[in-house]
Amino acid sequence: MHPTDFTLAGALAALNEGAISAEELTRAHVAAVEALNPKLNAFITTTSEKALDAARASDARRARGDAGPLEGIPLAIKDLFCTEGVRTTAGSKILGNFIPPYESTVTAQLKRDGAVFLGKANLDEFAMGSSNLTSAYRGVLNPWQRKDDPAARLVPGGSSGGSAAAVAARMALGATGTDTGGSIRQPAAFCGITGIKPTYGRCSRFGIVAFASSLDQAGPFARTVEDCAILLRSMAGHDPKDSTSAAQPVPDFAAACARSVKGMRIGVPREYRLDGMPAEIEKLWRQGLDWLRDAGAEIVDISLPHTKYALPTYYIVAPAEASSNLARYDGVRFGLRVAEKDSDLRDLYESTRAEGFGAEVRRRIMIGTYVLSAGYYDAYYLKAQKIRALIASDFDAAWGKVDAIVTPATPSAAFAEGENADDPVKMYLNDVFTVTANLAGLPGLALPTGLDHQGLPLGLQVIGRAFDEETVFAVGAALERAADFKAVPAMRAGA
Amino acid sequence: MSLDTATVRRVAALARLRLEEQDVARVQGELNGILGWIEQLQAVNTDGVEPMAGGTPGGVAAMPMRKDVVTDGGQAEAVLANAPDREGEYFSVPKVVE
Repeated sequence: MHPTDFTLAGALAALNEGAISAEELTRAHVAAVEALNPKLNAFITTTSEKALDAARASDARRARGDAGPLEGIPLAIKDLFCTEGVRTTAGSKILGNFIPPYESTVTAQLKRDGAVFLGKANLDEFAMGSSNLTSAYRGVLNPWQRKDDPAARLVPGGSSGGSAAAVAARMALGATGTDTGGSIRQPAAFCGITGIKPTYGRCSRFGIVAFASSLDQAGPFARTVEDCAILLRSMAGHDPKDSTSAAQPVPDFAAACARSVKGMRIGVPREYRLDGMPAEIEKLWRQGLDWLRDAGAEIVDISLPHTKYALPTYYIVAPAEASSNLARYDGVRFGLRVAEKDSDLRDLYESTRAEGFGAEVRRRIMIGTYVLSAGYYDAYYLKAQKIRALIASDFDAAWGKVDAIVTPATPSAAFAEGENADDPVKMYLNDVFTVTANLAGLPGLALPTGLDHQGLPLGLQVIGRAFDEETVFAVGAALERAADFKAVPAMRAGA
Repeated sequence: MSLDTATVRRVAALARLRLEEQDVARVQGELNGILGWIEQLQAVNTDGVEPMAGGTPGGVAAMPMRKDVVTDGGQAEAVLANAPDREGEYFSVPKVVE
């Protein structure tokens, strides 16, 4: 077997048995990155030398009997996580020269557990987008191809598009992502891999470039549900540097993957049956529910009545928080500065921000500034916060009847560059199934369960109660076993 | 609510984003498209609903407290390491006070 075809759990077993060294495993992935990245552009920055050094250090720790739970596992890190001494751009020109003097808590914990970092994965600028095309470092190519039109340049989804493409193309065994409205689950679905946005507060946000602080949450990508569970255990936990990170014990998520779903009640929200939803998505959904019924679960129709207001609510809350968070990019303390010789301070701010931010980021800052401005705050921002409360209480009511909710992950398979580009609102609709979990703070997992008529992957989503990722993993693993998804993308290492 | 060009210019100024004159109409169209779509929220009855601020399940009360003490500091060099312009231990900016 080619070392890039290992699952993460399989690679850990092979490392433990001495069948492969961390250096060999990393070398195979570095070679995959070097071969594929010029085409896929999944990484903004590669750190091959550092990765090989880290792998050798990992082998030495293992030889000493000092192996961590992720000892020697090569990962891609979304370029939104600050990494000490390694450039962190957030996909933006404004941070093009930013070298963090500190490490994010999530990446520090992955390193503590022995992981090896291959580089910084491409993303939509400041994680704002569903196509990876808003990145200042060019888009990412989805490694999957349409059967009828292999030359079409498909997007990997976004915002964590580089992370998803890297894992799908076997350039990494896993990756970190962040999810504010669907930025882990939508790219996971588009790239035929698995990703989970855990409960808000499960992972520390310290050192992650902020987009919308009440919605942002870090999570892992991998090629199996169990691999995501293994990664999440290392990423999660309370951090004194983030007061919104929960003081909750971190369970053994991987153990939960083996739990039976027999007797579980699975909710099917009627509001997720959209008008004009493609028949293939409807079929995928029904198939998933049949599999769970066959495994002994009870399928229960439920109602989440405020679902249709979730996206417009998000497009008030997220831009409002973004306009506030992105005020820090002022050309003074770090990042890009654009100033003429005779600029005053205001000119410096305005020129730096106009030149440093791309069109979508500027658009969202403008929307956010407007909805927070005097005279409009109550009509927009406060109203949105109240509807957010109604959306969260819809879920609270549902948890009286069901243990998990299963929905499609996305309304379509991956689209091509240029499609959905004419109208921002059309692009926003990509997150129609995922955004509710962010607003309510709940965990949501996406996994591939089928292919569309073009041979492109389609995914389902499992949503669970706050801090009950274990049930989400159990349901996800049951779907994974039944789906037995074996399709692979055209572009991948070893192909 | 539809934004006129004066409001678009005012919002750009509040956000400290330079907006070139030739771009005003395009930006106005995009913002009004998004705001028109958001307008559907006004139809939702939110009487008596407490706004949900923050994403923490259980609300602010569920967040852990820590002692209000200094935990870090004395790292001027690290803080200044990415400064576009500095003088000694200070960030430099264009002259602000006449």
